[in-house]
Amino acid sequence: MVLVFFLLPVVAIFARVPIGSLLDQLSSDVVGDALRVTLKTNAVALVLIVLLGTPTAYLIATRSFPGRVVVLTLLELPLVLPPAVAGIGLLAAFGRLGLLGGTLQVFGLEVGLGTQAAVVLAIAFVAGPFYVRPAVAAFEAVDPTLLGAARTLGAGPGRTFFRVALPLAAGGLSAGAALSFARGLGEFGATIMFAGSLQGVTQTLSLAIYQEFDLNFDSALAISALLVLVSAALLLSVKLVAGWRSTYTSLIPFARSPSISS
Amino acid sequence: MALDLHIAHPLRAFALDLELSVGEEALALVGPSGAGKSSVLRVIAGLLRPELGRVALYGETWLDTRAGVDVSPERRRVGLVFQEYALFPHLTVRGNVGFGGRGRVDELLERFRISGLAEARPAELSGGERQRVALARALARDPAVLLLDEPLSALDAFTRAQVRTELRELLRSLALPTVLVTHDFEDAAALSDLVGVLVDGHVLQTAPPSELVASPADAFVASFTGANLLRGIASEGPAGLTAVALDSGFTAYTVEESRGPVSVVVYPWEVSVARDAPDDSAVNHVRAPIASLVQLGNRVRVRIGPITAEVTAQSVERLGLREGDVVVASFKATGARLLPAS
Repeated sequence: MVLVFFLLPVVAIFARVPIGSLLDQLSSDVVGDALRVTLKTNAVALVLIVLLGTPTAYLIATRSFPGRVVVLTLLELPLVLPPAVAGIGLLAAFGRLGLLGGTLQVFGLEVGLGTQAAVVLAIAFVAGPFYVRPAVAAFEAVDPTLLGAARTLGAGPGRTFFRVALPLAAGGLSAGAALSFARGLGEFGATIMFAGSLQGVTQTLSLAIYQEFDLNFDSALAISALLVLVSAALLLSVKLVAGWRSTYTSLIPFARSPSISS
Repeated sequence: MALDLHIAHPLRAFALDLELSVGEEALALVGPSGAGKSSVLRVIAGLLRPELGRVALYGETWLDTRAGVDVSPERRRVGLVFQEYALFPHLTVRGNVGFGGRGRVDELLERFRISGLAEARPAELSGGERQRVALARALARDPAVLLLDEPLSALDAFTRAQVRTELRELLRSLALPTVLVTHDFEDAAALSDLVGVLVDGHVLQTAPPSELVASPADAFVASFTGANLLRGIASEGPAGLTAVALDSGFTAYTVEESRGPVSVVVYPWEVSVARDAPDDSAVNHVRAPIASLVQLGNRVRVRIGPITAEVTAQSVERLGLREGDVVVASFKATGARLLPAS
């Protein structure tokens, strides 16, 4: 029953549009623009998330400092925040009249309604924790003895990070990145409030579904079908990475068993 | 001395407080698990900063908490072999050995007989092979001090005996200041020139292994070296001997003088086992059933009442000893030393 309940809406999307018209619908301008905006903003957001999130996660995982639990909780806050609240919060902080709006404008960075920077910011805010949280867990899972071993072998903190911590956490990091990317692709609430829905600029696939829903239901269905496929592919890749990782790590615990093959 | 250190550092249940000086020789710190042994190595390597402490190598200060000196681990010339070896699982044997220094990788692979495994990953290696990789990796850095954390504990009994011999020869040929920690006195005695017994953060006694066995400073050191410790009350016995009424009900005779509560120290290899009380020079006889027979290589530890005897496997076979058989354990009055009761 539960399975049917979860599957039926997904199946219904494909049942409603014949494959032929699906491709027709996807070749419209609205969809094309939305696809471009979605890929571009998500790619930029993902790069930002990974570049800033990885060192942050490493420091949180390997250092003990007062307030560590508070920091971890704050990082999780966007996970549970209602998207509309996230949108309002972003407006209040980075919008033209927001706390940092003026500061950003000094640097020539226009963030707010109708800018792609706003879309990127909304995605980074909502999807970032989906990367940082698993990244912290992945770095925590790296045996600290290995990091100590690297240090005694002459590697400074930087070399220890790149040669030991990063490769050993790579599986968890890529799984987190895929999850974060999937969450970013579907971002809706914060984006529509903070960046608006301007075709070709801020209108992502999710926003396009919402607009087409009134104008052309078949088109909305087609975009939905496209997003289902992308999400499923991402989920599958996460599972594959996780599976590969568990077979990889299951070999690692240094068995004390005597294999006297030497 | 080559390596001088002083450490005062609170651990969970007690405080580590010790001073050590190590020449170009191997010093083993032995003690029960949780005595703070590994912490000493981590302080020397720079992975643990003690509350108070000083570490100096040939006069070069690595750590001086009072003067605010704390050289980072990567700048201390230390070769640390971790207990479970801590090989990098994502690197090959060659990658592991070459991590600290690429110059001598081929030479070290050759020397430790792991050339054939150069492209293998740690997960594919046996315990003994991993240990050789860990040693080669530590030496590739050309360390000035070698630190070994329980070097044999991750090995099975068969590999252990072989590795122990190899490791002893290696340490002799390196002639580096070496600190190794182990919970096993036999390993310590086999591998090192000096043994320090570490209990609850303090070194109770430091001496060559044979001296620790011959004159243990206290009951703990004695029991740690593998001796039987029999508690009892000493009083005047016949013919100038001291008679000790043991808690277990037997009476032991010794040439040493003492009165009152004592511990009788008897080494297992000074106890002989027979079916009947032998008519020989031994005056101490304990008749009891065999509680257990434990084989250790070519020797067998036989538990008879309160006493453990160590005899050859050959003798056990010749006498046909089995658990439950009533036998007599004998030792001479000159083989029974007395320590004040602890």
